[in-house]
Amino acid sequence: MIELADVHKSFGKVEVLKGISASVAKSEVVCIVGPSGSGKSTILRCINGLESYDRGDIRVEGARVDRNAPSIVSIRTQVSMVFQRFNLFPHRTALENVIEGPVYVKKEPRAEALERGRALLAQVGLAEKADSYPPQLSGGQQQRVAIARALAMNPVAMLFDEPTSALDPEMVSEVLTVMRGLAEDGMTMVVVTHEMGFAREVGDTLVFMDEGIVVEQGAPRQVLANPRRPRTRSFLSKVL
Amino acid sequence: MQKFFSDAVEFVPILLQGVWLTIVVTIGSLVLSTVLGLFWALLRVSGVGVLVGLSAGLINVIRGIPIIVLLFYLYFVMPDFGIALTALQASILGLGIAYSAYQSENFRAGIEAIDKGQIEAAQTIGMGWWLTMRRVVLPQAVKIVLPPYGNIMIMLLKDSSQASTITVAELALQGKLIASSTFKNTSVFTLVALMYLTMSIPLILLVRHFEKKANRK
Repeated sequence: MIELADVHKSFGKVEVLKGISASVAKSEVVCIVGPSGSGKSTILRCINGLESYDRGDIRVEGARVDRNAPSIVSIRTQVSMVFQRFNLFPHRTALENVIEGPVYVKKEPRAEALERGRALLAQVGLAEKADSYPPQLSGGQQQRVAIARALAMNPVAMLFDEPTSALDPEMVSEVLTVMRGLAEDGMTMVVVTHEMGFAREVGDTLVFMDEGIVVEQGAPRQVLANPRRPRTRSFLSKVL
Repeated sequence: MQKFFSDAVEFVPILLQGVWLTIVVTIGSLVLSTVLGLFWALLRVSGVGVLVGLSAGLINVIRGIPIIVLLFYLYFVMPDFGIALTALQASILGLGIAYSAYQSENFRAGIEAIDKGQIEAAQTIGMGWWLTMRRVVLPQAVKIVLPPYGNIMIMLLKDSSQASTITVAELALQGKLIASSTFKNTSVFTLVALMYLTMSIPLILLVRHFEKKANRK
C-alpha cells in the first residue's frame, strides 16, 4: 500500500534520510523506533508530502508522492496524519475540528458529516466533549479528537508522529487504547513511537532507524528480544 | 468662557458639516486600506517569489512617500494623465493606499504568528493554500491583529485632516476657514480639537476592549 524505494532527503548539508526502502502492506501496523534525529518523523512527513524528498520514490497505492503536484491533495486525504502536538484548530469545537475536512475538502453534506463526526467522537470516547474547544480539553482528549479528525477523512492509512510524546504519563494509555482499537479494525498504520510496549503488542513490524538508515527490522517481539545489530542493542538497553 | 459658549453655538453647526466629511474620508480609506492591506499581506505570505518581491517593494514605496505628497499626486498630477478625481475621491484613495502599507505589515505579522503546526494540520486534511488561509489561519490571526488595527483606525481618523490640503472641507479645513474669517482662533481650534477627541474616544475604548479580549486568550 505504501512503498518507499531508496528515499534520500537532506536539510541543507545534513543528510537525514540516506536511502530508505520499506513497504507497508494493507492492515499492517509498522512501528518506527530510534533515537531522536534518526529521521523517523521525516519519513512520515515525506509520505504525505509535508516535506519533499530529494531522491528515490514514495508511492501510496501506486500513486507517486510529489508535494508540488496536484495529486498530493488526494494522497493527503487518503493518508491522514496525527501529530505529536495534536495541532487541533483552537478556534473550533471538537466536533467542528472533526468535520472540517469532510465538509470543506470533501464537500460532504454538513448534516451527514455532523452525524459521522459525532459517531467518531464516540468511537474515541469523547461523545460528551463534542462542543468543547481544544484548550478546554486535556492533552489525551485533544489527541483523541485529533485521531477522530484524521479518521473523518476515511483514510486508507494513518501516520502517527510520536502521538503520545507530549502527553502526561497517565494520559498515554487512553490514546494507545484508541490506536489499538484502530489496529484491530484493520487500519494500516505507520507509528513513530517510543512506546515499546505498544510496538510489541500491536505492531506487526518494528523498524529501528538510526542516522537516516534502517538498521534493523522484523517482528517486534523478535527485534526487541534478540536485536541482531549492536546499535539496536545499545539503543534498546537504554529505553527498555 | 461665556464667549466660548456663544462662539460654540454659532460655529458647531458649520463644523459638524466638516465632521461628516471627516467620517466619510476615514471610513472610506479604512475600508480601502484594509482590503488592499490584506491583499498585499496575502501576496507577501504566498511563498511565490515574484509576488513576495512585488508586495515587499510596493509597501516600501508607499511607506517612503509622505501622505501629503501622495494626495498632491493623485489630485494635481493625475489629471495630466487624463484621470481627474474629485477631492473626496483623491483623499480616500490616497489615504487608503498610504495606510494599506501599515495594514499589510500588521496583517502579515498576525498571519506569521500562527503556529506552523496549524498549517500542517490543514494540509494533512487536504486543504489547499486558500482554504487553509480562510478556515484556519485568518480566523486565528484576527485576534492578534485587532488591537493594532484599532490603533491604525485612530491614526487614520487624525490623518484624515490631511485631506484639507487638497480642498476637502473636512473638520480641520472647516475650522481653518472659520478661524481665518472670524479671527476667533482660540474658540474655533479648541472646538476642532474637542471634536476630534470626541470621535477618537469610542475608538480608544474599542482598542482597550480588543486588548482585553486578546489577553484573555
